[in-house]
Amino acid sequence: MTHSTSVARPARAAARRSSAGHLQAWLPRLVLAPSVAVSLFFVYGFMLWTFILSLTNSRMLPSYDLVGFAQYARLMTNDRWWVASTNLVVFGALFVGICLVVGALLAILLDQRIRQEGALRTLYLYPMALSFIVTGVVWKWLLNPGLGIQAMVRSWGFEGFTFDWLVNPDMAVYTLVIAAVWQASGFVMALFLAGLRGIDDSIIKAAQLDGASLPRIYWRVVLPCLRPVVFSAVMILSHIAIKSFDLVVALTGGGPGYASDLPATFMYAHAFTRAQIGLGSASAMLMLGGVLAILIPYLYSELRSRQHG
Amino acid sequence: MDNVIRRRTPAARCWRLALHAVLILAALFYLLPLAVMLITSVKPLDEITAGTLLALPQSPTLAPWAKAWGEACTGMRCEGVGGYFFNSIAIVVPAVLISTVVGALNGYALTKWRFKGSELVFALMLFGCFIPFQVVLLPMAQTLGWLGLSSSRAGLILVHVVFGIAFTTLFFRNFYVAVPTELVSAAKLDGAGFFRIFWRILLPVSAPIIVVSVIWQFTQIWNDFLFGVAFSAHDTQPVTVALNNLVNTSTGVREYNVDMAAAMIAALPTLVVYVLAGKYFVRGLTAGSVKG
Repeated sequence: MTHSTSVARPARAAARRSSAGHLQAWLPRLVLAPSVAVSLFFVYGFMLWTFILSLTNSRMLPSYDLVGFAQYARLMTNDRWWVASTNLVVFGALFVGICLVVGALLAILLDQRIRQEGALRTLYLYPMALSFIVTGVVWKWLLNPGLGIQAMVRSWGFEGFTFDWLVNPDMAVYTLVIAAVWQASGFVMALFLAGLRGIDDSIIKAAQLDGASLPRIYWRVVLPCLRPVVFSAVMILSHIAIKSFDLVVALTGGGPGYASDLPATFMYAHAFTRAQIGLGSASAMLMLGGVLAILIPYLYSELRSRQHG
Repeated sequence: MDNVIRRRTPAARCWRLALHAVLILAALFYLLPLAVMLITSVKPLDEITAGTLLALPQSPTLAPWAKAWGEACTGMRCEGVGGYFFNSIAIVVPAVLISTVVGALNGYALTKWRFKGSELVFALMLFGCFIPFQVVLLPMAQTLGWLGLSSSRAGLILVHVVFGIAFTTLFFRNFYVAVPTELVSAAKLDGAGFFRIFWRILLPVSAPIIVVSVIWQFTQIWNDFLFGVAFSAHDTQPVTVALNNLVNTSTGVREYNVDMAAAMIAALPTLVVYVLAGKYFVRGLTAGSVKG
């Protein structure tokens, strides 16, 4: 490029560019350099740093006496960690599953040429704009047995009605599912709706001509076309689930006791309030491992599908 | 599907009726918490304890809002969430602006000035979108201490910029990839430089993606709790942290109406943005999470 211009233009311009040209050639790299440095230090460096901390016996303050994988071993025998991990599996599976079903169903129903589609879509999606803290505070109020939904239904005459999941150690984790589904299912609906709009109508018409019923068309023809949407939705939702921290803090506080703890709250409690930096770091590394376990297959299949067109 | 809608047989009507019923029920499910929050926030306390969730206020009052804004206790202090609301603004505005500008320049450099390894650079930065932030909390706390930024608004701005540019770079990179390169190449031949081309060619067409990026960053940072609670002190807390403290401060009678008013105050900015620019909000969500 520089070659052709220097031929086409007077020598004066070419001379000016040879010094400025060097700068111009490096400018893009210079512009990117701070971001790359920041990302190397704050993302990759910090991951390594946390990993090193997880190999130490740091308590209140970071120390660098390496103790190998002792903190991971402690984690494996820590009852609270197992509660948190089990909760994450239960919460994650239900949250992802219910969001997918509700989101897909609402998207399919909304796709039937509903006149007020725009307004309904707005209503379904607005919770996603809220902070999980706000969501937690509101649902804590709704689920509070004394004055919330339970009291309301009882006042309608169903005296025996009980809905005390918030204060029931066995059920508290399901209140997280309710609130999180409320917040995120509209978003899944939006993803599915966009996917549905991208499907070629002629496929559906052809299936109709073959005499297939509507539910059958959706199940056998449309849903398989939406596989990429399902895939990205699962990936986003499980990401939200693993990172869920604010919702737990605001809704259940991890309680009763630590019955509704998730790894994110476990990590925060140990690293910042219980002076167990080593243990907290080990739990953070396991969370990272969880994210990677979802991310790597996803990226792998994305790359493969791109290569195959 | 067409025949179902056009043929007005009784069966088809039944189906349409059921369809609408389900959609409206769903809308109620999503609306209910917001409605309850709003109703509760304007009820006097005695009506709350005597009545039920959905009972409309007999004598509506804005006193809970005033109290939530200026008097309610958030931990040790009783100054309401008003001050923290402005903390959030003071953190959000610079962080959004800086991360958007940096993201735009990064996206531009990565697409219109490709060099050997630029794809690798992009992949490297993109990873920042995926990490669980728990994995950076402890080193970040220590680094902020070294920089003398512990518990300061400047520190929180730095954190949000650092972990926001992965997203903004992604937005702009995916947007600029689709902008035709011919114009840029022609301008390069005419001797236009890096910033001149950005200013004259890319920036004028960037309005939609700037809106997406600003809205995304605004919502993310306004709604942040993890960084806010980990890296702030009493006088630098963002509003989400103050709200959580307010709700969990147990002095005297639980004032649910004040709690709900404070929640509304914390929720309003992002709700307003969503109502005004919902289209761009959705675009950011899908671009930001599907990772184009």
